[in-house]
Amino acid sequence: MTQKADAAHPRAVQEPVRRGPPPPPPKREFDWRSAAIPAAIGTLSAVIVFGSLAWVITSAEQWPRIKLQFFSLDAMIASFPRVLQGFWVNMQVWLTVLGCILIWALVLAVVRSLRAPWFAPFRLMVVIYIDIFRGVPVLLLVLLFGFGIPALSLPGLPNSGLFWGAVAMVLSYAAYVAEIYRSGIDAVHEGQRAAAKSLGLSEWQTLRYAILPQALRNVVPALMNIVVALQKDVALLSVIGVRDAVREAQIYTATTFNYSSLIVAAGLFLLATIPMARLADYLSRRDRRRRLQIAE
Amino acid sequence: MTKPMIEIDTVTKYFGDKLVLDRVSLTVNPHEVVCLIGASGSGKSTLLRCINRLVDHDYGTIRLDGMANDDPRFGKTGLQQRASIVFQAYNLFPHMTVLDNITLAPRRVQGQPRAEAEERGRAVLGRFGMDSFAASYPEQLSGGQQQRVAIARALMTRPDVLLLDEITAALDPELVGEVLAIIRGLKDEGMTMMIVTHEMGFARECADRVAFLDGGVILEEETPDRLFGAPQEPRTRAFLQRIVASGRL
Ligand SMILES: Nc1ncnc2c1ncn2[C@@H]1O[C@H](COP(=O)(O)OP(=O)(O)O)[C@@H](O)[C@H]1O
Ligand SMILES: [Mg+2]
Repeated sequence: MTQKADAAHPRAVQEPVRRGPPPPPPKREFDWRSAAIPAAIGTLSAVIVFGSLAWVITSAEQWPRIKLQFFSLDAMIASFPRVLQGFWVNMQVWLTVLGCILIWALVLAVVRSLRAPWFAPFRLMVVIYIDIFRGVPVLLLVLLFGFGIPALSLPGLPNSGLFWGAVAMVLSYAAYVAEIYRSGIDAVHEGQRAAAKSLGLSEWQTLRYAILPQALRNVVPALMNIVVALQKDVALLSVIGVRDAVREAQIYTATTFNYSSLIVAAGLFLLATIPMARLADYLSRRDRRRRLQIAE
Repeated sequence: MTKPMIEIDTVTKYFGDKLVLDRVSLTVNPHEVVCLIGASGSGKSTLLRCINRLVDHDYGTIRLDGMANDDPRFGKTGLQQRASIVFQAYNLFPHMTVLDNITLAPRRVQGQPRAEAEERGRAVLGRFGMDSFAASYPEQLSGGQQQRVAIARALMTRPDVLLLDEITAALDPELVGEVLAIIRGLKDEGMTMMIVTHEMGFARECADRVAFLDGGVILEEETPDRLFGAPQEPRTRAFLQRIVASGRL
């Protein structure tokens, strides 16, 4: 089928065969035969690996005890309503904290990227803030804020551990998110600033109308990872007594000496994070395609 | 005697220790078109950027319509509204439609109501044959179309001067004509322009004067016929010969 120009029939001399309509575009159907073998091998190896792992574990002498401790259906059912209730708290705290982080981090990133000279002291403050809050473990901050501040019982300020623990998470996570925003701002081409300034936009207007919309779009995939990480890290608040899913599961464990409730909590977290992770994948793939198109 | 529109008076500019403009003086009268030619890196873009203060020069004075360009009477943005730059890479805002791109400055800087700004925006687009693209995004347009939108955007604030920085250099050859036609139209209307270009044929035909910039110095400033016909400076001759060799004259 391939047309090769050989010495006897140089291509230039050949009659162009171009009568009638051109051939239709080739059909790229999903080819079952070529896809079936790799898929089968993949599935088979997964089944063998996980199957033998399961076999080794379940055939161990201790398996009945393990099963009773971690996978007792009765304990799971008994603990489920409480754990679910706690998980609802997780979700609420997650969304609230997330909203606060996204806004506070934006303020930090904007202050850090304003170039006017009288912003220099504020820029320095933001740099110090980010250095401090990225350098200290979140758990430590949660303990410090969640136990420490309510213990002072300051007049006029909320006294709940949940509130201050959440504040600690916002302060800590915002330091990371501000850096993500900043990388997005830096990635916007310098020509965009020049164009905005040449039209007479002030520095703030340039940021607001020209730079930030592009920067935020650039960082969506990176932010999605933070969103997923935060969804799990909200459970850190259980250490200061917030009755979230982990705390409720622990309470059940403490009274029954059965750990199945923790497995229930783990299942709930997976149920929530796996779709988020897939969404993050999808968004970053879409973003990559968009960039490739622009680069064309 | 008419009052000059742009008066560049012994302007010197350093980037760090690097001397980029060395005591440059140049005057552009109202309705005049001055082309700036010179090798890459000779300081052409920097000179344009100094005029509307995208960068600040170090010594000398630049006056726009008789007023120094760092005069506080311009306010924060008055200067840029009166002298607008169009860039080689168009620099349209990719997240905005064509209409939003060109109405941004009238609305946000000059405070025009949206309806009024959009009406004028459509009129300007119509003049450039771009009215059917008002709702398109820049990436959906060809390079020539994007550059036409960029010129429309610069005109929206009714500037006194247009500063054009190699606006056809990024275009495929067959698209250069449509952009140059617009510049000719603006010249016929009496727009004052400073044009950095490598299109020597266009400079010869359109410019009232041509200035040759070499290493941050204006070596020669002449009418196009004399500068292209009988260049006085050896370096100008050498530059023009290189251009001829590359087939652009
Ligand atoms: N922002 C900048 N910082 C440092 N050097 C610069 C900057 N912009 C331009 N230059 C330098 O100044 C010189 C003149 O640049 P430019 O005005 O862009 O020249 P042209 O437009 O004639 O090609 C070049 O050597 C360039 O490297
Ligand atoms: Mg240049």
